[in-house]
Amino acid sequence: MHSISPVIWQFLIKWLTYFAIFPPEASSIAPYADALYFFLVAISVVGLTAVAILVVTFSIRYRKEVHPVATPIDGSTLLEATWTIIPLILFMISFVWGALLYFRIYSPPANAMNIYVVGKQWMWKVEHPGGQHEINALHIPINRPIQVTLISQDVFHSFSIPAFRVKREVIPGRYNTEWFEATQVGTYHLFCTQYCGTLHSQMIGEVVAMTPEDYEAWAAGSTSGNSLAQNGERLFASLGCSSCHNSGANAHGPNLANVYGSHLQMKNGPFVTVDDAFLRDTILNPTMHEVAGFAPIMPTYQGQVSEEGLIDLVEYIRQLDSQYRIDQTINNSAEQPIQTGATPPGTSAPALAPGAVKP
Amino acid sequence: MSTIVTLPDQSTATLPKVSYLNKEYGLKSWLLTGDHKRIAMLYLISITFFFFIGGAMAGLIRLELLTPPSDLLAADTYNKVFTAHGIVMVFLFLVPSVPATIGNFLIPIMVGAKDLAFPKINLLSWYLYIVAGTMILYVLASGGVDTGWTFTTPLSTHYLNTHVITAGLAVFVAGFSSIFTGLNFIVTIHRMRAPGMTWFRLPLFVWSHYAASILMVLGTPVLAITLVLVVLERTIGIGVFDPTKGGDPLLFQHLFWFYSHPAVYIMILPGMGVISEVISTFSRKRVFGYTAVAFSSVAIAVFGFFVWAHHMFVMGISSYSALVFSLLTMLVAVPSAIKIFNWSATLYKGSITFETPMLYAFGFIGLFTIGGLTGVFLGTMGMDIHLTETYFIVAHFHFVMVGGMLMAYLSGVHFWWPKMTGRMYPEGVSKLAAVITFVGFILTFFPQFLLGYLGMPRRYAAYPPEFQVLNVFSSAGASVLGVGYMLPLLYLTWSLKYGKIAGSNPWQATGLEWQIQSPPLTENFVETPIVTHEAYDYEWLESKKGSEVPTVG
Repeated sequence: MHSISPVIWQFLIKWLTYFAIFPPEASSIAPYADALYFFLVAISVVGLTAVAILVVTFSIRYRKEVHPVATPIDGSTLLEATWTIIPLILFMISFVWGALLYFRIYSPPANAMNIYVVGKQWMWKVEHPGGQHEINALHIPINRPIQVTLISQDVFHSFSIPAFRVKREVIPGRYNTEWFEATQVGTYHLFCTQYCGTLHSQMIGEVVAMTPEDYEAWAAGSTSGNSLAQNGERLFASLGCSSCHNSGANAHGPNLANVYGSHLQMKNGPFVTVDDAFLRDTILNPTMHEVAGFAPIMPTYQGQVSEEGLIDLVEYIRQLDSQYRIDQTINNSAEQPIQTGATPPGTSAPALAPGAVKP
Repeated sequence: MSTIVTLPDQSTATLPKVSYLNKEYGLKSWLLTGDHKRIAMLYLISITFFFFIGGAMAGLIRLELLTPPSDLLAADTYNKVFTAHGIVMVFLFLVPSVPATIGNFLIPIMVGAKDLAFPKINLLSWYLYIVAGTMILYVLASGGVDTGWTFTTPLSTHYLNTHVITAGLAVFVAGFSSIFTGLNFIVTIHRMRAPGMTWFRLPLFVWSHYAASILMVLGTPVLAITLVLVVLERTIGIGVFDPTKGGDPLLFQHLFWFYSHPAVYIMILPGMGVISEVISTFSRKRVFGYTAVAFSSVAIAVFGFFVWAHHMFVMGISSYSALVFSLLTMLVAVPSAIKIFNWSATLYKGSITFETPMLYAFGFIGLFTIGGLTGVFLGTMGMDIHLTETYFIVAHFHFVMVGGMLMAYLSGVHFWWPKMTGRMYPEGVSKLAAVITFVGFILTFFPQFLLGYLGMPRRYAAYPPEFQVLNVFSSAGASVLGVGYMLPLLYLTWSLKYGKIAGSNPWQATGLEWQIQSPPLTENFVETPIVTHEAYDYEWLESKKGSEVPTVG
């Protein structure tokens, strides 16, 4: 934390971690979380000490042997007000402080690098936009904000990195995000903290924080060759999306170029911002959002596209900046070997593949 | 002055010839009884049975966690064991613990009534409890269930092959048992108070049960609805919670915690009532700030309904609703703080003695204060992100539920044991048990706070080796704690036959229950009492003793 001497702070943290009662402080957010923790510990110690002093002192001074006859006392409004207001003030400070921290932890900076994570019983599948696929491992560069977009393929999971003091529930049917910026090179625990069935305790992995140079080397050596957007493009073609979503004058579906981030008017009036969740919803459940000016004829792709496939499609549409790409897709689709549905090609094994750089 | 029959002083006490225990004999007279005291005893026996089942599960959990890999129990078995521990302890022990036993026994006597308003519904409530308990035992015997006590969807509805439906229905049935108890208490407290027993002359035990009963009656139906939806989702796939059918799994979380957060107060409020009675009696003083303590119970009940989403801060609920729920969580912490300070202030200028119930009450104050303050950590949004779903949560609610509620329950059982059975428990060994329980508890659960901040997730059968030292402490503490809980079982059973005769008022307490014989008559009072004094009026008790001729009831 920056409000107290960094020397004292470092001393305190090192001392606590030495006795293994404190996790490493490895993200930009961690010192803020720890400062609040120390504040809460302090008010707990004060509160507990106050109660202990009252109980022990009274027990000694007013035990029957020294104080045989009790003095009747009914109560005191002043005292009631005191011990209502003082805890209330302390709790309000924690509330405000905690709320500020919450917004800090859950508001990703605009320049964050996005990584997709799919949770499934019982593994974490990490999809880097550049086409690196990892299982139960996450390689990241330090000193750069990373956003992870989380979704579950089956049950609730929770994506927790204690060393970074971040955690977010991974829910089926919904993109949740979390972000962090690692500050120290190292390997840290990645836990699933929401009970998810038999092998819940084996749904663990490691987060490898590397210097930017090491990360570049790792990323270059571990890519599957196709970026997520390229996989998405193939899937877009093979599912026949482009037969309606094209630039033709009488196209059946909205033009998808530059659609990401835009405001589309819905049939029933309101404007909706197109984001990951919107795209995912419209692919799986087209009647959920009916865009004005088009007949609701899109079929559902529920059960035909895996979560990874959806991520590829979203990533593809997100990067579509001209209709030319889509039209190219149509032309290319005839020649492409078609992958129906699920796994993008070249899903690599656990990331510590031969090409990986030592953290 | 009321016309309450008093027994001779404890030193010359004999067991009364007729009491609720010996009015009728035979199994049938117990199983078909309408007497709230007998039903309380039936409950006492059955919840003790389930407590030790749940305790055995806890023992297995701690044994497994002694070493990092899942070696004693396979992951699947471990999941079933902690689920059984949770379901049994929450629904079959903690929720009914104080209300269904001590409350059942005492609420009618404390308000000056012959019985609860609906004696047969009271008996039905026990039978429902037994049905639920039997279903849970069936589940355990036939292979168990591994949903966790929270029944989280879609895990419980789509991904498990265990006895989810039976377990869900068992909890559904247990819920009705709890609703009936709550309903009975509310009607009794409103309609059956003796002449002169105004609301503000009621013992605080009654106030806290009143607050808990409101929560039971209003909250439990939501749990029942939720579990029915889970069962329907599982059997015929109605799709309320299933995202692939357009359902929302977060809705389940909202519904479940809408009950299960107030359930925490259902569990703790009656315990707080016990503590008020015990602290007052053993410091010979009226509870400091009676109205503040009474209204803080009601405040907890009211605010308790509007904090449920603090279980969901990391689940992707709107940040603004998270703000509101965090704020309300801070507000609900205040009444608990008020109670703690009032109990402490009650000791001021008292004349304090340290009998076993008082020791347990001190244990309650210490452990509940820690439990409550660590709850503030979790209500603080930014901190909750790191702490939720870790051992910090486990430690927090065990401090509240076990350190708080179980301490209060044991305090109450010891305190009213002479009233319920007519005999005293052995004082020396019971004091030892109270101290052992306290020490064992701290040793078991304090290391878990540290484990939680280190990030050890809950419900893990295997964990990284660096967490082992703290886990060994915790398991060692659990064995001490086990001794602490076995002792009362042994010496209380022993005392049924060999305990000293208690007499009507061994503690010289002021409550109406202490002015009648021990054990009480089936109809409680020979004549309807007329109440002319405030609760905890020790001067009234003194003057009464001087002016009345003791008679044997």
